[in-house]
Amino acid sequence: MGLVSRGAAEAGRGAASAVDRPGPPDAVPNPTPTPPAEGADPGSSRSPGMVLKAFFPTCCASADSGLLVGRWVPEQSSAVVLAVVHFPFIPIQVKELLAQVQQASQVGVTVLGTWCHRRQEPEESLGHFLEGLGAIFSHRPWFQLCRERGSKSWSCKATHWQGPASPAASGEDQVMLIFYDQRKVLLSQLHPPTALPDRQAGDTTASAGGLAAVFDTVARSEALFQSDRFDEGPVRLSHWQSEGMEASILVELAKWAAGPVCLFLACLLSLISAASACRVFKLWPLSFIWSKLSTCEQLRHRLEQLTLIFSTRKAESPAQLMRKANMLVSVLLDVALGLMLLSWLHRKDLIGQLADALIPVADRVAEELQHLLQWLMGAPAGLKMNRALDQVLGRFFLYHIHLWISYIHLMSPFIERILWHVGLSACLGLTVALSILSDIIALLTFHIYCFYVYGARLYCLKIHGLSSLWRLFRGKKWNVLRQRVDSCSYDLDQLFIGTLLFTILVFLLPTTALYYLVFTLLRLLVVAVQGLIHLLVDLINSLPLYSLGLRLCRPYRLAAGVKFRVLEHETGRPLRLLMQINPLPYSRVVHTYRLPTCGCHPKHSWGSLCRKLFFGELIYPWRQRGNKQD
Amino acid sequence: MEDEQSFSDICGGRLALQRRFYSPSCLEFCLSCPRITLRSLTAVTCTVWLAAYGLFTLCENTMILSAAIFITLLGLLGYLHFVKIDHETLLIIDSLGIQMTSSYASGKESTTFIEMGQVNDVVINEAIYMQKVIYYLCILLKDPVEPHGISQVVPLFQSAKPRLDCLIEVYRSCQDILAHQKATSTSP
Repeated sequence: MGLVSRGAAEAGRGAASAVDRPGPPDAVPNPTPTPPAEGADPGSSRSPGMVLKAFFPTCCASADSGLLVGRWVPEQSSAVVLAVVHFPFIPIQVKELLAQVQQASQVGVTVLGTWCHRRQEPEESLGHFLEGLGAIFSHRPWFQLCRERGSKSWSCKATHWQGPASPAASGEDQVMLIFYDQRKVLLSQLHPPTALPDRQAGDTTASAGGLAAVFDTVARSEALFQSDRFDEGPVRLSHWQSEGMEASILVELAKWAAGPVCLFLACLLSLISAASACRVFKLWPLSFIWSKLSTCEQLRHRLEQLTLIFSTRKAESPAQLMRKANMLVSVLLDVALGLMLLSWLHRKDLIGQLADALIPVADRVAEELQHLLQWLMGAPAGLKMNRALDQVLGRFFLYHIHLWISYIHLMSPFIERILWHVGLSACLGLTVALSILSDIIALLTFHIYCFYVYGARLYCLKIHGLSSLWRLFRGKKWNVLRQRVDSCSYDLDQLFIGTLLFTILVFLLPTTALYYLVFTLLRLLVVAVQGLIHLLVDLINSLPLYSLGLRLCRPYRLAAGVKFRVLEHETGRPLRLLMQINPLPYSRVVHTYRLPTCGCHPKHSWGSLCRKLFFGELIYPWRQRGNKQD
Repeated sequence: MEDEQSFSDICGGRLALQRRFYSPSCLEFCLSCPRITLRSLTAVTCTVWLAAYGLFTLCENTMILSAAIFITLLGLLGYLHFVKIDHETLLIIDSLGIQMTSSYASGKESTTFIEMGQVNDVVINEAIYMQKVIYYLCILLKDPVEPHGISQVVPLFQSAKPRLDCLIEVYRSCQDILAHQKATSTSP
């Protein structure tokens, strides 16, 4: 054949030399030098300047010569090399192995070309080899990668020759070598950039072509990496796991033990949720109380999370697995912080001190409120109030405070016992302890809440009366049917009484407004304190700690993209690039993997809040407790 | 092959443009920003410490002085790590994509890579920046829905802010590579 003589001529030019390895007579013998590049194929469908990309794993850069096995992606004109098959081998067995891998992983794995790692002294070369290989494993383009041992000079060619029938019809393309770390690419998960809000999610997959295909290929070819060099199989492969499969005893034990433990805990949790859903708790007073207490909300949230973690169904997607892991770490951290709090409380015997201090504090608050009311009943800030209304409102609120103080004193013997049990609940988690604190604050300041409601209702009534009488003053009326203001002709006596009432209400306005202002400010103060506690609870609930830890310790697992570095380049040699993983920034990690919370955020904007305050409508900051956002 | 030219940015500071030509399909531009000078560093430190000393003479509290030292140190570290960019690099690889790297004074590097399939074009745009009208180089990204539309504009060399002559150099080389890439990809 013509190629043999050309091959012998090439030996002197320092082309690929053979690796001395005797093999069985029917096995494919050692490689021959590469044939020279023929002219451009006149019938070829490729343009002459096209650059092909070859993704080569860094672990195979020091492997012995052999065949390149991987996947060819024609849309990107790139070849992803997954492993190297060493000599000697039997082509039929290689084809069988590739067919098995293809079936197991749904990835089109084929033989892409040859890999040659020669020593400095060129050895004896054998003929027919490339032609034979090219005929057995027909793949176009056929890659020939070559590296000198101990140096950094690489050479690679990709030929499109059509076979022995038309030896002149072969073209060559330029090849760009891109090295990648196979283990990191296998384990990492690409996060495409966030789509613009007005696009659907399906559109972005079309543009995330090239590199996502490489990651996908490597991730799905696990079946190819199962055999290592200690196996006695017919084919010897070289890849990232060829020194031995990676595994950890602890992980395997945990996986084995996870099954029965999950089953047991799932049964326990289903019992608890069945008990909590029973009829007794749905009766009216209890269900009302449960819906108002944030502790019950938090406990329910935790129960749901635990049910999800310990459910016996396997996680379907990596996102679900991350969510489960985040929930588990969040629950564990919560319980750890709660136990720390508990030990701190018991060490300093703070519960006893707290119980002793609670009654005097409540007394002090009530005293301050009484002083405030006395001040309002006099001439507060130099304003002159309407004496009669002032006295009525002041006495009414003072009596209320007196009732409240009596109630607190009634409860005082049981306070320490209650607090001790409440402190014990901190072992369920810090978030539960904080929710209980928030509820205790709400209960202790219940009288402030009542005052706020009385003041707001009075003020609201007054404002509505004023607006309606003001319309009457101008000769207009609110049309309920049409929801607009219409003109109306009133009788003289209607006008007279209306104007009188309007005057009375206007002159009583400052007094009511002042009481309303004072109690609204107090209420807002209490709401702000409760809001801070809820914010802290939400933070502990929703922070994805496992993802953040993964980003800190194994940054290649969460990839935002890739980055390239150009390696040493000599003219005449192919361009070599190193592809590294660009990790996801911390803000995007938190944004992507944030856990869903109860969603107890106030839905008001500042404008609507001010409007409600002005018109005296009641504000319920936690009204949305019943709705869950996912 | 490497060559270096000196340009100026929009404020008149000196910039150095290094061009590395690896192959006809791979080109790298490295634009170095003016370094942080000892004069400005000394000026800022002296101002902060004088202000702290002034407060100290008013309040007679030594915590102010130690707080001033802390603030200066932390401020300097934060500035070097998060704000001061030493050089910006643009790497164009035919048929692979365009990569922008910003290296900060503390050594931190932040990289963005845009695949060639998403790049529509590289153009020079005008923008109104404070009271000036400046030119900047940007990459236009393709719209996944509309084939000839543009979904996003990614500006380049945002902290170096070179003038038009420097931008034209970079623009010409980018257009060569993009044209070559379009020619090889559209032919069947």
